[in-house]
Amino acid sequence: MTSSEALVRVEGLRKLFPLNAGFLRAPTSFIHAVDGLDFAIAPGESLGLVGESGSGKTTTGKLLVRLLDITAGHVFMQFDGQVLDVARLQRSDSKTFRRKVQMIFQDPYESLNPRRTIFDTIAEPLQVQNIGNVLDQQERVAELLNLVGLSPPSTYLFRFPHELSGGQRQRVAIARALVINPAFVIADEPTSMLDVSIRTSIMQLMQNLGTQLGVTYLYITHDLAVARYMSTRLAVMYLGKIVEMGATEEVLQRPQHPYTKALLSAVPVPDPRWTRTPVEIKGGISKPIDPVPRCRFYDRCPLAAKVCEDNDHPPLEDKGSEHYVACYRV
Amino acid sequence: MSETILRVENLTMHYTTRAGIVSAVDDVSFTLDEGESLGLVGESGCGKTSVANSLLKLLADNAVIKGGQIRFKGTDFVPLSEEEMRPYRWRNISMVFQAAMNSLNPVYRVGDQIIEALETHLGLYSHAQARQRVTELFTMVGLDPALMDQYPHEYSGGMRQRAVIAMALSCNPDLVIADEPTTALDVIVQDALLRQLKTLQEMIGMSMIYISHDIAVIAEVSDRIGVMYAGKLVELASADEIFHHPVHPYTVALMSAFPSVTGPKRELQTLAGEPPNLLYPPSGCRFHPRCPFATEICRQQEPEFKDHGGGHYAACWHPQEVTV
Ligand SMILES: Nc1ncnc2c1ncn2[C@@H]1O[C@H](COP(=O)(O)OP(=O)(O)OP(=O)(O)O)[C@@H](O)[C@H]1O
Ligand SMILES: Nc1ncnc2c1ncn2[C@@H]1O[C@H](COP(=O)(O)OP(=O)(O)OP(=O)(O)O)[C@@H](O)[C@H]1O
Ligand code: SF4
Ligand code: SF4
Ligand SMILES: [Mg+2]
Ligand SMILES: [Mg+2]
Repeated sequence: MTSSEALVRVEGLRKLFPLNAGFLRAPTSFIHAVDGLDFAIAPGESLGLVGESGSGKTTTGKLLVRLLDITAGHVFMQFDGQVLDVARLQRSDSKTFRRKVQMIFQDPYESLNPRRTIFDTIAEPLQVQNIGNVLDQQERVAELLNLVGLSPPSTYLFRFPHELSGGQRQRVAIARALVINPAFVIADEPTSMLDVSIRTSIMQLMQNLGTQLGVTYLYITHDLAVARYMSTRLAVMYLGKIVEMGATEEVLQRPQHPYTKALLSAVPVPDPRWTRTPVEIKGGISKPIDPVPRCRFYDRCPLAAKVCEDNDHPPLEDKGSEHYVACYRV
Repeated sequence: MSETILRVENLTMHYTTRAGIVSAVDDVSFTLDEGESLGLVGESGCGKTSVANSLLKLLADNAVIKGGQIRFKGTDFVPLSEEEMRPYRWRNISMVFQAAMNSLNPVYRVGDQIIEALETHLGLYSHAQARQRVTELFTMVGLDPALMDQYPHEYSGGMRQRAVIAMALSCNPDLVIADEPTTALDVIVQDALLRQLKTLQEMIGMSMIYISHDIAVIAEVSDRIGVMYAGKLVELASADEIFHHPVHPYTVALMSAFPSVTGPKRELQTLAGEPPNLLYPPSGCRFHPRCPFATEICRQQEPEFKDHGGGHYAACWHPQEVTV
């Protein structure tokens, strides 16, 4: 993919959150939530984003939909041949942006408005964009409820979020994001509360939209089996950095970065007779606060050596066939 | 033999809605021993959270317990008033809500919320001791204690989940009910946390009810597993039995649908047919519209939930004999 073909192009993206800032008091330190990301997603592609809890996945998603201001770097998106600089959108481009880009939020207990019925929640993007009359909207909402397995739709349309189970809320959030046929969807753990069977049909639905309507995804998940199914390429994050990126099967079958290896060895196995060999990284708590200039994984890495301490965080380098790894010892 | 601390008998709970009655928990019975962990699995919307909330009687306004008993150390919770229930919550039984990420109060610092729980329920902490205890709890769940003075919105999803787990463990309860507690955690943190919970169980004899849609996680934490379908408990047995000799056709389907991360990439399977709508649960066995083994009797009569040998309970007219 040349950079002009990409639907999304992220360059040097950073987000720092000030810590201990007060009234008239400058912050004394910063959380480096997202610390210099570079990646691109081709039209119709699905990039999986996995990584440790607190590594900056949701923050990345929110920067891409402009829910947070970018500290540094650029996000470009291209729709119908027109390139948008997301941090500096013209007013006239705002509406296009909102129509084309949707985010499914991580927490369905927080993201659905408790005072809106399911119908109003899902129809809202249609109403905002003035698409169809009320009847068209009802038909479209019912169609989506069926697709996400909430049927018959009539029994769900006028419920409120608190009258739904966790997984049912997640499916409402998915329906809402897909209702206006967006071109780019950032899905943040969209199926984390769904059982395998329903999750599979939702993943199939999202994939069909990908192939039929060319929807592009940034798919955030901690479930590697889901990532395997949903994404063509996979990026692994650790403390604000991408530490490994490549074709999904390649990364899962031949992980190179010590963190990715540990992650794969920790995947639970559905068999009570199975006893796992303990994960090969040191315990410990990762701190994204004012990181010292060395490899971010140094404290926990089983391979850590002097070179990793004496140098700044290693660059993300192509180790052959577009399999990128950020590690001095690979 | 360890003592039975919880005995649930014929528990039935409904939600009343404009469209009719949602039969979310129907005639559910199980027991839980001291130090035991029971996993609860089942499709989205089958009633797992409803069972959990009923146990502590933390119910939605439109929920009614229609019948049954919830005996905790001999006391039946069902007839108790709000006032009478309160002393049991947190101290004896604590809960990690499915809405964990959203159950912290946004206007207070996370550490202070745990300190408040400690002071309200145990009441014997000095401020310094309480902070010390929070530091311990944070470390236990893999959170940097330096984050104790931050607000919930400054936490990631997984960090909030861990804070809520820390809060649930704060008063050393006899029983922890954890409803999808690791949905936002990476597998390494999840693994560490599950180990920690296991250790606590062994150390202080804590019992646990662990709800998850992820059968691999359930396999790791549970001594026994209950499988729910459409408001019913359809199978209950040791973890090993459920995984290797499931009897109920729904459990059999559940066990064979699990995708793998490193093995050959298979086509993913879904369960044929529609998930049931609990406003109109199917007649007879609630699984019959989707069951490949259904016969006339399944459509007519509800199968009894009974012991198929060695404490392996199931509700099915045509129990399967499979080895997985
Ligand atoms: N509004 C905020 N203010 C301060 N810090 C924040 C804020 N939002 C996120 N952070 C911090 O930024 C880091 C990254 O958070 P983010 O939510 O992006 O993680 P994540 O990868 O999505 O994690 P999870 O898998 O647990 O959801 C965390 O250390 C978090 O505490
Ligand atoms: N307050 C309520 N009013 C009406 N119906 C409700 C209410 N709360 C839950 N329900 C319904 O009751 C059924 C059981 O819900 P419950 O939350 O117990 O499911 P669950 O098994 O926990 O599902 P999930 O895995 O998706 O969280 C669902 O069909 C849901 O729609
Ligand atoms: S650079 Fe060094 S410390 Fe970092 S991951 Fe590689 S071996 Fe480990
Ligand atoms: S009772 Fe009949 S329909 Fe129900 S699970 Fe057993 S065989 Fe299937
Ligand atoms: Mg997140
Ligand atoms: Mg639930």
